[in-house]
Amino acid sequence: MKLDSPIPEPVVEQALYEVRRKVYPRSVTGWFAAWRWALVWLTQALYYGMPWLTWNDRQAVLFDLTARKFYIFGAVLWPQDFIYLAVLLVIAALSLFLFTAVAGRLFCGYACPQTVYSEIFMWIERKLEGDRMQRMRLDRAPPSARKIGLKALKHALWIGVALWTGFTFVGYFTPIRNLGNAVLTLTLGPWETFWFLFYGFATYGNAGWMREQVCKYLCPYARFQSSMFDRDTLIITYDGVRGERRGGRSRSADPRSIGLGDCIDCGICVQVCPTGIDIRNGLQYECIGCAACIDGCNQVMDRMGYPRGLIRYSTENAVAAGWNFRQMLSRAFRPRVLFYTSILWAIIIAAAVSLYLRVPLKVDVIRDRANLAREVDGAMIENVYRLQIMNIQETAHKFQVSASGMNGLRVEGVTVFEVPAATTKMVPITLRVERGTVTPGSHPIDFHVQAVENEQISASERSVFLIR
Amino acid sequence: MSDFTGGFWDLYIAVITIVGMVGCAVLLRMNSVRKVKGSQTDTTGHVWDEDLAEGNNPLPRWWVWLFYITIVFSLAYLILYPGLGSYEGTYDWSSAGQYEEEMKAAEAQFAPIYGKFMAQNLKLVAASPEARTIGEKLFLNYCAQCHASDARGSRGFPNLADHDWLWGGEPEAIKATIAEGRNGVMPPFGPVLGEEGVRNAAHYVMSMSGLVYDSIRAARGKEIFATSCVACHGADAKGNLQIGAPNLTDKVWLHGSREEHITETISKGRNDFMPAHKDFLGEAKIHILAAYVYGMSNPSGGTPSKSAK
Repeated sequence: MKLDSPIPEPVVEQALYEVRRKVYPRSVTGWFAAWRWALVWLTQALYYGMPWLTWNDRQAVLFDLTARKFYIFGAVLWPQDFIYLAVLLVIAALSLFLFTAVAGRLFCGYACPQTVYSEIFMWIERKLEGDRMQRMRLDRAPPSARKIGLKALKHALWIGVALWTGFTFVGYFTPIRNLGNAVLTLTLGPWETFWFLFYGFATYGNAGWMREQVCKYLCPYARFQSSMFDRDTLIITYDGVRGERRGGRSRSADPRSIGLGDCIDCGICVQVCPTGIDIRNGLQYECIGCAACIDGCNQVMDRMGYPRGLIRYSTENAVAAGWNFRQMLSRAFRPRVLFYTSILWAIIIAAAVSLYLRVPLKVDVIRDRANLAREVDGAMIENVYRLQIMNIQETAHKFQVSASGMNGLRVEGVTVFEVPAATTKMVPITLRVERGTVTPGSHPIDFHVQAVENEQISASERSVFLIR
Repeated sequence: MSDFTGGFWDLYIAVITIVGMVGCAVLLRMNSVRKVKGSQTDTTGHVWDEDLAEGNNPLPRWWVWLFYITIVFSLAYLILYPGLGSYEGTYDWSSAGQYEEEMKAAEAQFAPIYGKFMAQNLKLVAASPEARTIGEKLFLNYCAQCHASDARGSRGFPNLADHDWLWGGEPEAIKATIAEGRNGVMPPFGPVLGEEGVRNAAHYVMSMSGLVYDSIRAARGKEIFATSCVACHGADAKGNLQIGAPNLTDKVWLHGSREEHITETISKGRNDFMPAHKDFLGEAKIHILAAYVYGMSNPSGGTPSKSAK
């Protein structure tokens, strides 16, 4: 029997799920906080305000799903314009790539609805319950009339904001000016009710309760944005070279002489963090790039009389090599960034040109299938088509239909059709040629549809004429 | 179907579903904790490349509850809706039932519109722009396949926009045509008349409607017509609406006006068929369609000027 046999290490049970540790972000002011608030105002003024604007005696921005028409100021988009939605999404995706490659998770930190609504909800919370310490104390305190009152008021205000958000959301799809009345008289349709409450509930739940958990556990962008990072991407960085060894000291002490760096280990950067991380541990996937720690640390540095920027926007390369701002900036123009920028601009310009040149008329030709060709009056061959004329403009037009591609091809019967504003009209069209002038078989032809009073509005569509 | 799905397969599906759900619950329970050595609680115990360890970042507890909620949801679903083999669910839902309900709702919605027109006579309906809009849609859906989108027909399928009618152009006659269908039969005369006889008869017919013809053949054909054709097409060759025999003196040629077309018609006969729509469309839609078709050749809604033609 060996004497030195090791004592087996005790085996413990480890939970793979744990109760969330609530984050109590401390309020922060400064340059970046001001930027975030500016963006909160901008995005929310747009979101809440847009549905109330009018244009041409109708709601300026309205996505009418039942009529499948999408009004955006002067333009009316139809389902056939789906490409523009695709282009918009491509532009959004490429912008995300570009901004992320240059300066990390800018979108997350300043403009993401999750950030923006959390900011609004936290502002309400702070006004009622106080800052970090008061909130923590209140949560730990036993139930009291004050506590219940404060919490009730907070949730009431949150629910108010959330319902208004849901109301506004539905207002993009149903005329918002009639919506208030419908809500008050409880005559909202089933889907409107669902989206009103669901969107409101999602706002309340995400901004009030979920907060950083959405970014940490639910958001896919949060995860894949790191693949756009490289060593020249601006990220929120703690300058460990300057900061370490961290530790408390008197304001009058010279840190170098007592072997300390600039970090006084006050923990402000951790307290202000909305995701509850310590940025001094380096780049982490939880960091949403909100720069609250920069603002917090800068205030501390000011108070200590140290230079600002112990935590700052910097790149991994810049921190490692001690580059200044200009050197760092020069690396912003690297191939990856230039590539993203050029594709982004190419697509934006192409989309703008295409929108500018867009003709407010669409035509579809549906050839009659069973009737190939028919003989009339002994000497004529006729083919029959259905033309779907879509007048996209918000004014009625008279359209002249003609056809070309064969000798003597002409439209039989009525050739001018009036199509009311923003509607589709299906018209049967009969084309005729003289028998014997053209060889039997299939002949490519073109239909031309043109507004009578405005020749700019015209469209052509291919089809075939059959002769047997 | 019952030949292929006996009671066994119902049970089989139900058991697999239940076992699957129980299995999910067990797996969830088993995977919410793990046993590790005391010194390794910060990592999952997996280490690569000497010192690269996988950290243990526990998910929030509500996350695992979401999984359990999905199991509860599917249990509730399987009790309410059909899903477990042939069990029909307490909610008594079926896709066929949903279809019938939607049809019933649609009928209730449209019945007053159709009802209004059902009470009017066809000529009045034909004059109504609203009925015309409905009629146009019905026509494009159910009639245009044969009679073409412009209703002017094709070879073998009559033009509905002119004043020539095989079975009568009065509104009630049109309605009967749509509801009951028609079968216009011309027997083959080739074996009786022989090739020459057929050609002669053809030239006589061509002479009556102003086509270019051979006068000698036409003269011979006249005798043939008097014996073989008059029974249906009449002595004046103007046809017979009772049996759908066409007028041979006009310029309307259902199967073509060239000599080879006419000889083919005479020698091989024709069998033209319009299906009955009364069971398929129902009387209300047929009422509107008949008025619409009538209105195409009588835009003013008045009495057709040459309906007997």
